Order: sequence, then structure tokens, then C-alpha cells
Amino acid sequence: MTASVDLSSFVRYHDDGSARLDLAVDGVDCAACIGDIEGALGRLPGLARARLNYTNRRLTVEWTRGALDPASIVERLSGIGYRAYPFAANEVEDAETRQARWLLKCLAVAGFAAMNVMLLSVSVWAGNASDITPETRDFFHWMSALIVLPAAAFAGQPFFMSAARALRARSLNMDVPISLGIFLALVMSVVETARHAEHAYFDSAVMLMFFLLIGRYCDLAMRRKTLSFAANLAALRAPMATRLDEAGAAVAIPAATLRAGDIVLVRPGERAPADGEVVEGRSEVDESLITGETMRRTAEAGSPIYAGSLNFDGALRVRVRAAAGASLLDEIERLIDVAISQKARYQRLADRAARFYAPVVHVTALATAVGWLLVGASAHDAIVTAIAVLIITCPCALALAVPAVQVVAAGALFRSGVLINAGDAIERLAEVDTVVFDKTGTLTLPEPSVVNAASIDPAVARMAARLALASHHPLARAVAAAVGGQTAVEGAREIPGQGVLADIDGVEARLGGAAFCDLGDAFEAARSRDPESSAIGFRHGDTTAVFLVRQAPRPDAAAVVAAARRRGLAVAILSGDRPDAVAAVAGALGVDDWHGGMKPADKIAFLEALKARGHRALMVGDGLNDAPALAAAHVSISPISGSEVAQAAADAVFLGDRLAPALDALTISHKARAIMRQNLWLAVIYNLIAVPLAITGHVTPLIAAAAMSGSSILVTLNALRARAPGWSEGSTP
Amino acid sequence: MTILVVLIPLALALGGLGLVAFLWSMRSGQFDDLEGAAVRVLSDDDLAPRDRRP
Repeated sequence: MTASVDLSSFVRYHDDGSARLDLAVDGVDCAACIGDIEGALGRLPGLARARLNYTNRRLTVEWTRGALDPASIVERLSGIGYRAYPFAANEVEDAETRQARWLLKCLAVAGFAAMNVMLLSVSVWAGNASDITPETRDFFHWMSALIVLPAAAFAGQPFFMSAARALRARSLNMDVPISLGIFLALVMSVVETARHAEHAYFDSAVMLMFFLLIGRYCDLAMRRKTLSFAANLAALRAPMATRLDEAGAAVAIPAATLRAGDIVLVRPGERAPADGEVVEGRSEVDESLITGETMRRTAEAGSPIYAGSLNFDGALRVRVRAAAGASLLDEIERLIDVAISQKARYQRLADRAARFYAPVVHVTALATAVGWLLVGASAHDAIVTAIAVLIITCPCALALAVPAVQVVAAGALFRSGVLINAGDAIERLAEVDTVVFDKTGTLTLPEPSVVNAASIDPAVARMAARLALASHHPLARAVAAAVGGQTAVEGAREIPGQGVLADIDGVEARLGGAAFCDLGDAFEAARSRDPESSAIGFRHGDTTAVFLVRQAPRPDAAAVVAAARRRGLAVAILSGDRPDAVAAVAGALGVDDWHGGMKPADKIAFLEALKARGHRALMVGDGLNDAPALAAAHVSISPISGSEVAQAAADAVFLGDRLAPALDALTISHKARAIMRQNLWLAVIYNLIAVPLAITGHVTPLIAAAAMSGSSILVTLNALRARAPGWSEGSTP
Repeated sequence: MTILVVLIPLALALGGLGLVAFLWSMRSGQFDDLEGAAVRVLSDDDLAPRDRRP
């Protein structure tokens, strides 16, 4: 039964009768793909425009309302080998896009002003050293003022607004001294120009803004890249649900558009798209994504079922329940809220530096003015010198010191498959001394796999895999995945609840349960050897095989745990699964500190106890039951295969089947924080040299310009060192 | 030095022209897909089929 697909909820209609749909497209990795996709869609009748954005792998299609069915676009794309999923623009991303455009506009204005003012300033500097007339100099200064004052009013907005916000909240951030520096530099320059003075600091003010805006824009661009990538993954992963209408016809709709009371069909091998109650059917369901429990549970009419449960045997009809009524999710969300509210707000390195720096600078400037007055300088000279101190200390290097490293480190993390959710995650990751793993889906692979493949004849395994491809049963899928690269047998027949059969080379082949394959004794033997696993049998004439399927550890789980140990990190396992199942995995990985049968609240209690003993824990977990612990931990990371709630609660998400990115994240963050500290010290050293010059009144605009750009370039170059590769022991993907 | 009265506004006007051009290109979406623009230059679907290289 193929269901028709309904995507109408994602289509946006415009007033002029045109319709528009955004799709996230998977598998676009070369220039030729653009031509393929746009060419294939161009031949679709009724389509007005198709444009693929190669940067964020999204396709925008437009057509006249009613001219075509949006599902045909997705079909055409899958026909040429690209998976596409409709994309609902999200609020956060839209806001970031607007912010990026605004910053770019400010940057353009600041750049324009900096270039033109430098033209005038360099002439003045050269003229001061030779024979410029005071009239020409005044003319140049007034021209500078004409350019810089409106430019600063526009391009300085990001700093002024942020500083105003901080002051309103009665705190200090880096933008407060920056804004003050820019403002005073401008006021003093105008006054000095009116007094026909030799020096004006218009160029310093605008150059400062230009450098800082570059840093800010890069920071935002990196964040947007990560965000749009994560959003694409989410869209491509977003489940489709099969809704049954009153007449019993099946329609595939995005699970996000399900409403309470809808009846959905969950076939064997599918995950339940929403929380609900079974109204018809009987099956075994695997709830490991929700509770961490690997033992399957029987679901029948009347029993509750949670979104993300994997259906094993029979088709189920499920009535979707209102989100508010979902007791398990409610409980989890309540725990997450509590965890977030109890977590102290993390003091970022840059904020701590600003809190210390701003008062020191302002007191120094004041002391300079008072000092000059005491030794008998005029009020004008004393104030000019004090403002020069503020301008030269205006924290250009300091403001770039941390964000520049953050941009480079986030890029390095992105390349090793870690997407950062929280801005301060890098700093918190660097402080970790304990790693706490969840078991199911984190240390083990999210999907069950064949564990005894080595003891089965490869030829038999290949045959079984070909037959397995004809079935959707999770055990059969594991058999198919164990071999890979096979094509399905033709003419296979699936007998629900028993297995699949087909003719291979004229002999009947069967894949399925013990009775179906007549392998009762072999199943008994297998089960006695490995009681934790599920068995699936294969018979082809007299050739037989029993595949043992269970949750296997990630391929590099043992190596990652060992590497974490070698670095002096404590390792613990917290799982919602039965203690004996946890013991097996903990034993295999050599972890002594393990706890089974943990409820979400127990996991939080464990993390709180760690915190009380002064440890900073990294929590790695994927399940719905891990979400509160992920929110409560010092820092947390979740695999991309995890539940949505867990990913939203985690500070970062890692991609792929390997666990190594979690450790890479620690390495990269560690290095990044070391460089952040170095950069802050570089900024301090710069100030130690520049401030005495300013206090003694030796700073000219030329020296200020050279010192500021020199120190900014120095910290930026140093930040580039955060790009170095991460953990190298087999971590290459 | 009176030439400065002409030259400086001229320099500013040229710079301003650059700024306006940048803002225009940003507004018309030319910075939305920088990587795409870099690879699209290689595609030959603007040519008639007989001119295309295999």
C-alpha cells in the first residue's frame, strides 16, 4: 500500500497567486548536482522557478497556485536520487538572517568610512611631519568629521545597543568601554578640530568599529552555518506519519502536523510518530529511545505508546493524544525546567575580563586627568590626555580575543562533526573532568545490529541479507545492514509475524522466527549462550544460520573510553536499562562506575552529587529520559540519532556512528580556551606598553592607529591556531 | 591646493558609489549563496546543447 503524500502545510501562498515551498535536500555535494536538480525540476510542468542554494543545501520552488502537486516535486527529486524534505522556516534562523544582514550593512558603512578617513588622516600625519598649513589640516579634519559622525551613528549601533542593554541590567560588558571609547574619541575630535588642534581621532574611532564588526559578523556567520546545517538535518530526519482518514485511506503527512485524535498507522519497522494510545493491533515495541530499556514491551489495544518507539512485529493503529496529556513528556519537561532554573548562569571568560577591565581602565583615565592637573597642566591638556588613555585602551584586541577563537574553534568542531547549540559551550567543554555516558543509543548504536556475523559463512550471510532486504522488520534490517551492498531477492513474500520467504536458485529460502525456519534447537542454543540478544533464523534447503541481533557498542566506544581515561577524565555510565544489561556493556568497556535502572530524576541526583564534590561533568546522552540530565550537567552533548527533546536540551550535537567527536569536542575546546587565555594576556601586554605612553601624553593618532590594528591582527592570527586537528587516534571519519 | 576641493568630494563620491553598489547587491540576494555562485560558474546549462562539453 503506497500512501499519497500531503505537503500542503509547508506551502506558502503569496497574494499574487504564486505558491512557494522550501525543501532541505540531502546528497548535494558537487557543482553538477545543482544542474541535475534544477534541470530535472525545470521540466516539471507548471513549475515557475527552482533555485538551489548551494551554501545551505536548500531548494526553493515556486509555482502558480494549483498548477501542480508539491508532492510531485519531492517524487521527482527522489527519482533522480536526492532525498528532500519540506522545510518550515524557523524563528531563530530568520532572526539570525536579519541580524547578519544588518551587521553586514554596518560593516559596509564602517569600511567605507574607514577607507576614506584614512585617506585624509594619512595626509594629515604626513603633513604634520612636513609643511601642511593649519587651514588645510582643519579642512581635512572637518571632512573627516563629516564622514565619520554619520557613519558612527549608523555602524556603531550594534555596540551602543548592546552597551545600553547591559547598563540597563546594571552590569558591564565589553561593549560599554567600547561605546564610551568611540563616543569620547568623537567628541574630543570635534572639540579639538574646532580649536584648530594638530590631532583628531576620527580615524581611530571608525577603524575600531570596522575591526570589531568584522569579528562580530564572522561570529554570527559561523553560528548561522551551524544552525542551518542542524535545521537541515532535523528536517531530513523529521518523521512522516501515515494518517488514516474516516474512510480508512492512508495519507502520508509530516508528523509535525498531526493533531490530537488523529488515527495513525504504525507499520512494523516504523517508529511511532507521536504519543498516543493503541486502538487496534498487537506488537512488540522497542522503547530504548525513550527509557533506555532494551527489553521490548508488548503493546496492544489500550496501552500507551510514546513517540519514537520502534514497532517490531504487527501493524498498530494509534490514536494521537494531545501533547499536554502526555504524562511522560510532561514529567521530563518539568524536570528540564527545574534543571535549567537551578543551573547558575555561566560567567563567560570575556564577560569576566570585561567586568575586571572596564573599572581599571576608567580609574586609570581618571587618575591620569587628576595627575596632570596636580602637576600643573591646564584642564584642557589633562582631559585630552585622559581621553587618549581611554581611546588607546579601547578594548579592540580584548573584544576580539575571545570571539575570534570561538569562530575558529566552532569551525574546527563543525569539521569534526560537532554542532554547537550554546555560545558558551566551548568554554564549558574545556573545564570538564568527568564524562558521564548514557548506555542505550549513546555507547551502543541506536539501531540493533548482528553480533555473531563473524561465525556465519559469508555466502550464507549474503543470501540472508538479500532476503532480509525484502522485509521491514527491525531484525531483518539488522541482517541486511550486516552485509550491505546486496540487492533484494525478487518475488519475496512476507508473512506478518513470522518471516519472509522466496526462491533462491530454485530452493526455498526462509528468514524469520524459530518455528518458521524450523530451527527450534538452534534458537535455544543461541539464547542460552547470549540471553540478551534476539535471534532470527535463516534456512535455505539444508543450509541454516541463526543471527543474533542486539544493541552493539559503537565501533569506537572502547577506544574513546580508554582515551578519556588516559587523559585523566573519570568515566561513568548512567542508564535507564536493567542493571545486568548495563553491567555487560560496562564490563566490556572497562568502566567500574556504572548505574542501571536510573530514572531521569536519579540521573540528575547523580550529577548534582558530582557537582557537590567539585567535579564538572560532560553528559553524553540521547534518550528522552536523558534530557533532564543533559540540561542539568555542566555541559552536554547528544548524538544526532537521539530524541529531539534530548538534542534541544544538549549544548552540542555530534554526527555519525562514532563516539570520537564527543572527545574531539573536548580536545578542540581545551585548546581553544588556552588560546583565549593567551589572547587575553596579549591584550593585557599591549595595554601595559600602550597605557604608559598614553598617560605621559605621547600618543598621537598615528600611534593609536598602529597599536590598535597591530594588536587586533596579532590576536586574530593567534586565534587561527585553534584550527588544528583534534583527537587523532582513529578519529578520522 | 584648491584642486583638493574638487578631488576630495570626487574620492568620496566614488567611495559612496561602491557602498551603494554593495548595499544594492546585498539587498538583491547576491550574498545569499556565495558557495553556489562559485560553482555555478562552471555549469554549462546556459549554452545550447551542441556547444556543451561532455
